[in-house]
Amino acid sequence: MYTFELKKADSVANAAALLAASGGKALAGGQSLVAALKLRLAQPGTLVDLSGIAELKGIRREGTHVVIGAMTRHADVAASAEVKVGIPALAALAEGIGDRQVRNMGTLGGSLANNDPAACYPAAVLGLDAVVHTSKRKLAAADFFKGMYETALAEDELITSVSFPVPAKAAYVKFVQPASRFALVGVFVAQTAGGVRVAVTGAGSSVFRAKALEDALAKSFTADAAKAVKVPATGLNSDLHGSAEYRAHLISVLAARAVTAAG
Amino acid sequence: MSIPLSLTVNGQAVTTTVDARTLLVDLLRTGLALTGTHVGCDTAQCGACTVLVDGRAVKSCNVLAAQVAGAKVQTIEGLAAEDGTLHPMQAAFRECHGLQCGFCTPGMVMSALDLVARHPGADEAKIREELEGNLCRCTGYQNIVKAVRLGAAEMAK
Repeated sequence: MYTFELKKADSVANAAALLAASGGKALAGGQSLVAALKLRLAQPGTLVDLSGIAELKGIRREGTHVVIGAMTRHADVAASAEVKVGIPALAALAEGIGDRQVRNMGTLGGSLANNDPAACYPAAVLGLDAVVHTSKRKLAAADFFKGMYETALAEDELITSVSFPVPAKAAYVKFVQPASRFALVGVFVAQTAGGVRVAVTGAGSSVFRAKALEDALAKSFTADAAKAVKVPATGLNSDLHGSAEYRAHLISVLAARAVTAAG
Repeated sequence: MSIPLSLTVNGQAVTTTVDARTLLVDLLRTGLALTGTHVGCDTAQCGACTVLVDGRAVKSCNVLAAQVAGAKVQTIEGLAAEDGTLHPMQAAFRECHGLQCGFCTPGMVMSALDLVARHPGADEAKIREELEGNLCRCTGYQNIVKAVRLGAAEMAK
């Protein structure tokens, strides 16, 4: 690791001020960042540790929404009664991230701010049309994700919580890359107040909605309807784990499985 | 940058100074001479470095020591009784021959304790799923799973 200064923030305002003053990076659970530091892929002059900020933790039900604090660990989302009752698909998604040790450290906010193109949480945020609350503003899911490892967050802006609308039905199914456990392709399907939404992770440079699948599932919310949609491979990721055509095929297959799982 | 750090390791209060970059596993192995926690892959995949932080399994090669300030850390050295009597999970690994070369064993045992705390009656499928973050390069999984089941049963007594 390159050298860095480590500052411990005790409030969101304090963390934002430390980030603004230092131009540093926020440290949430560190499950991607610490690994990047070790490989010298990241060289922040300052790290601002968010783990001591009580206001960023916790899960609560607010009417038709489940609100999850940014520093809530994946394991706590997976085990939460509020999430299991309100959005079981989200609890299951959290339970499937990485492995147990990663889920004990990794956080919702850290995952979203990192916006790894193969991460699971972005699919739930976009699939459920969740609202990302930050230290400065509220962002709709569609406005938050900008591209590969890129979000709308400013340098000194922190995610504080995410508000997930409770859907009528939802499910997330991923095809796991066997070495990394990240999604080779992951598909989140939801019946929401605004209609059927299908969000895809792992297949492109960032999470995206599959309009053709949404239209087909709006007409008929069945596995067969999803399977019949041929997703174009144009612009999709292609690497030694799977070609763009393979990923395109997986999107329909996984969407069909997600529809079945959603019941 | 040096930072002061206080935490509890295997029931003992520890107050020390570490470089901000110090990984938890390096504090344990080099700083505190607790070499039972192993570094396998050093890339947060193999789980040999697994320890419990406030009762939860984490990969200590992928956590900064500063991130566990004030926490209770438990390592493999903290499991046996003072007279050397093995913890039931350790005894089960010995009884079932749940190790071949033994390198992954400390991480397996610590992960098993996190698992049993949440799923005391876990069946074979659940154990295999929960141990996903721990790799055995000898591929001795059969007896590891058997050991975790026996250890869980002994701990329930």
